[in-house]
Amino acid sequence: MISIKNVRKTFGEKKVLNGFDLEIPRGETLVIMGRSGCGKSVLLKIIAGLLAVDTGEVWINGTEITKLKKKPLNQIRRKIGMLFQSAALFDSMSVAENIAFMLDQHTDLSQQEMRKIVDEKLKLVDLHGVQELRPAQLSGGMRKRVGLARALAFNPEIILYDEPTTGLDPVTCTEINELIRDLNQKLQVTSVVVTHDMHSAFSVGTLMVMLHEGRPLAYGTPEALINEENPVLQQFILFGAPDQILNINNPTLKTFTGRETQ
Amino acid sequence: MRNPPSESASSNGFALLIKNKLHHALSEIGDAFRLLAETIFQIFRPPLQFDLLMKQLLFIGFNSLAVVLVSGFFTGMVLGVQGYVQLKPYAVEGSVAQFVSVSVVKELGPMITAFVLSGRIGASITAELSTMKVTEQIDALEVMGTNPVKYLVVPRFLACSFMLPTLTIFSTFAGIFGGYVAVVSLFGFNGDFYILQVQNNLYVGSVLISLIKATSFGMAIAAVGCYKGFSISTAGGAEGVGTATTGSAVISLITILVLDFVLNHILFNILGMI
Repeated sequence: MISIKNVRKTFGEKKVLNGFDLEIPRGETLVIMGRSGCGKSVLLKIIAGLLAVDTGEVWINGTEITKLKKKPLNQIRRKIGMLFQSAALFDSMSVAENIAFMLDQHTDLSQQEMRKIVDEKLKLVDLHGVQELRPAQLSGGMRKRVGLARALAFNPEIILYDEPTTGLDPVTCTEINELIRDLNQKLQVTSVVVTHDMHSAFSVGTLMVMLHEGRPLAYGTPEALINEENPVLQQFILFGAPDQILNINNPTLKTFTGRETQ
Repeated sequence: MRNPPSESASSNGFALLIKNKLHHALSEIGDAFRLLAETIFQIFRPPLQFDLLMKQLLFIGFNSLAVVLVSGFFTGMVLGVQGYVQLKPYAVEGSVAQFVSVSVVKELGPMITAFVLSGRIGASITAELSTMKVTEQIDALEVMGTNPVKYLVVPRFLACSFMLPTLTIFSTFAGIFGGYVAVVSLFGFNGDFYILQVQNNLYVGSVLISLIKATSFGMAIAAVGCYKGFSISTAGGAEGVGTATTGSAVISLITILVLDFVLNHILFNILGMI
């Protein structure tokens, strides 16, 4: 479904991605985790075609996108929905106009048909009666839900989530995590979630990759990663993961002082 | 103990600084022209979104009309007073209407309108687009398969290019009228003679020069405003938006002045227009 081959990306002197390889099979929810500034969001923007790679290839559904011109790239992008960290709602438009934006731009649907789709997508994210509100009138959690409804409007095959729970309170975080999990089960889409929130990562991920120094440090299922005996990875998990995840008899986890894992 | 930097080391540092600044400026100019070329290319690529264009025409045109009329009117009044006072010692104060109308039509009408719009519209375009950039709204447009240049830049560029000459016509009339009010009310100048002089000294060529200048200034204001809005980095934040907006207003003003000189040279010296 998504294949990243030997991708390198530098910003000035800083090597952000240094020969990065990754496979994301269809229908999986891959969580990309890593420390702040390690290149998680850069990787997501490369998958969305928002950033060009220095070298390497990115394949989506059998098409190499890094060398595509704008028009064919836009065709591929219509199969991708993206939830931005700040939700990135168009603040000059209402909630309904935001969700219907792609339909308005790329289809000949009538206003009535678009309204029906907007209602449907809002129902999917568990929001009602907000169609005419402006983004400034919404809470952080509602903005994320509307952003998600907008990402779903064109029935994407791939959904990219950039820090979906950042800046939200713990209750709203849990709701958003449940929403992501439910949507992935209902819609059978391939999802890529960038986060350093371990609760969110273990809650939604079916696959995980830890990004470190421009390369994947570890890749596999959440269970496999917990049992991986890599100090950098275990330190990252230990300081952020929920207690029930840490109640596993992993010798590397135990070596870290200050927190007992059994 | 450290040795003081040698003279050649400090001059090398200065040369490096100049080189870096020059490199940065040239690469910015290159990027701005690339955006301009992409904008012109996108204008001719259907479909043109008339609803977006109408919104910008209304915002730039109708909402700027009052300030343009007031600026034009008072510029004309100042010219009327200055012209009358300066011409009177030579006993040619009767030519004050010619002085006002020629100055306003060929130079001050388009220039004052462009100055007003560069502060009002150019800065507003930069503030809006740079805010969209830092809040990832422009990235969102791209992800949704919409070309940001076509969706955001083209309507603003066309609206500025069309509205600046339109507003210049209003500002020019306001300027000539301002001159009339000043000299008739303050110096008892004959109003009918003023109007007759204006009619005798207004040529199609002069109006054409005014409109060519105004259109060029409109394009420059939109191009600078959009470029400064797009060129901010996503990490720029509120400070970046402020810096970009101030930069846009300053660069617009300088561009208008430089462009005015270039156009005057081409239109009057090379093409011999009057």
